[in-house]
Amino acid sequence: MDRPKKRWLNMLRVAFGQSKMVSRPVSGTLHLIVYIGFIIINIELLEIVLDGLLGTHRILAPYLGSFYSFLIASFEVLAALVIISVILFWTRRNLLKINRFWNSEMKGWPKKDADFILYFEIILMSLFLLMNATDFLLQNSEAPNYVKAGFFPVSQFITPFFTSFSIQTLILFERTFWWLHISGILIFLNYLYYSKHLHILLAFPNTFFANLDPKGKFVNNKTVKKEVKRMLDPNIDPYASLESGSESSKFGASDVLDLNWVQLMNSYTCTECGRCTSECPANQTGKLLSPRKIMMDTRDRLEEVGANITLNGSFKDDGKQLLNNYISQEELWACTSCNACVEACPVGIDPLSIIMDMRQYLVMEQSSAPGDLNNMMSNIENNGAPWPFNNQDRLLWANDN
Amino acid sequence: MHVPTLAEITAEGKKPEVLFWVGCAGSFDDRAKKISKSFVKILQKASISFAVLGTEESCTGDPAKRAGNEFLFQMQAMANIEVLNSYSVTKIVTTCPHCFNTLKNEYPDLGGKYEVVHHTQLINDLLKEGRFSISGSYYKGKRITYHDPCYLGRANQVYEAPRKLIKKLDAELLEMKNCKEKGLCCGAGGAQMFKEPEKGNKDVNIERTEQALKTNPDIIAAACPFCNTMMSDGVKNKEMDENIEVKDIAELIASAEGM
Repeated sequence: MDRPKKRWLNMLRVAFGQSKMVSRPVSGTLHLIVYIGFIIINIELLEIVLDGLLGTHRILAPYLGSFYSFLIASFEVLAALVIISVILFWTRRNLLKINRFWNSEMKGWPKKDADFILYFEIILMSLFLLMNATDFLLQNSEAPNYVKAGFFPVSQFITPFFTSFSIQTLILFERTFWWLHISGILIFLNYLYYSKHLHILLAFPNTFFANLDPKGKFVNNKTVKKEVKRMLDPNIDPYASLESGSESSKFGASDVLDLNWVQLMNSYTCTECGRCTSECPANQTGKLLSPRKIMMDTRDRLEEVGANITLNGSFKDDGKQLLNNYISQEELWACTSCNACVEACPVGIDPLSIIMDMRQYLVMEQSSAPGDLNNMMSNIENNGAPWPFNNQDRLLWANDN
Repeated sequence: MHVPTLAEITAEGKKPEVLFWVGCAGSFDDRAKKISKSFVKILQKASISFAVLGTEESCTGDPAKRAGNEFLFQMQAMANIEVLNSYSVTKIVTTCPHCFNTLKNEYPDLGGKYEVVHHTQLINDLLKEGRFSISGSYYKGKRITYHDPCYLGRANQVYEAPRKLIKKLDAELLEMKNCKEKGLCCGAGGAQMFKEPEKGNKDVNIERTEQALKTNPDIIAAACPFCNTMMSDGVKNKEMDENIEVKDIAELIASAEGM
């Protein structure tokens, strides 16, 4: 791993600091609220868990004094803001029907997954506020164990719904909300691994391992480099058998196992926001290519290969691969390599590198480039230019008028 | 015009300050040849010693690489690097962002390490060093919108050099809806220049031209021979080619200074 300092900085800026999210101000701001809410309210989760384990109530209150009230108040305000933001997210997705949420790859599970996450967040935040509201009432009625602690600027407005209940019933409500809240969180944490929501964890390593070089610099294929070196080496024994090295002699990628681990991590980090696809010139002009679909296909195929390995001990040929079964050649050839998708991704995913690796497989293993491209390539081979001009005429332009 | 080759200059026992990498478009494409000439005029006006490779130049391999033919790319690169290194070239300027990107970013790993600049960067440097100046008011008040080439902008973060030059022309610089980091591709990159587009509902260059036309420009400025072709085609398609010119920044400067 090279340039660690730069990598930490990139992670700090892009993942922790959300620097790329705000390039779209509306969704960026809403996301920022949910993100800050998520981080800050987690501090309260520490107390909730401690109380549960030790049988205490608001265990941190005596240690923090008036600062505790400030903390609880800010958690409440954030929770309310998160609920509002999530409702707006839901509205953008389902009522305003913003284009990028309705591309063809978003049908079925991806759409459901997105909505589930929003519902989950609304429920968790509501439970948190309901818990505080009933707690506040119990504190005021001086119920046993309910020490007076905290300031409840939001949940005090929910209390009127509960004032008619007896202390006994209120305690039952408060305990139920507490249990639903903590169980909800534990369920949600397990749900992450089946969901695009995994980005809340993977965004950090993903930005850490993201490409730091200029976006125009495409990696020079190492297998090809070795071959070219052999060809140009006058001292090489042409009859020597190719050393059976560990490096694969396959050019490019036709399936997920040909991709590198960063590309695979990219696919699990993708939260299907579709900023890449909405910036893609090919997609904007109605072509099949969608960079988001490239990432989703890679992940879905990887899931399939993973299940295959779990079942068979090692990967058993299933007659399928990423190329053609998931990603069509038409999609791959529509890419202009403009890097708009890479630039747009708020978590440093690089769909272009996968497209390029797959093009390499198509051209170098299958010789299946579009005919026009084959002409262009044979021109370069024969006369050193993509067009059929004689290389001896290269300087004629200087004489033209 | 006389354009010295590196072979000639080396035979005279001299070494030019910079090698002008003309590129295939700049050498063979009728529209792009004009850009090469304008740029040479600027180099001459600035009295900078330069040379071209002439028949010793060959495609950098960029379109082959983006098309997936890594093999052909590396063969081209190795051959070019051998030529460049045999002349001990240290600094290269190019009018094509694709050549620029490939020479700058992808050659070092294969043994070709040079200082590579785009012509808009070099022209800025020449102005800064006072080796020539832009004094004419030929474009005063003209509305010029600038199209960011992907391989200059997003790929290499060169956004300001071309814009600075447009401002020096006393013209009004207009930004399109998608500019700089968010610049929309002209549709030629990734070897698309050499093939028919996939099925869709529009060509990319038409979409980009529409964005450019929305700024109501007199001139669409480009800094890449391929973008230039795509935008010119777009303007023709919209039947606006009588009113709107598509020009490379080198051409704008050369005409502004009456070169």
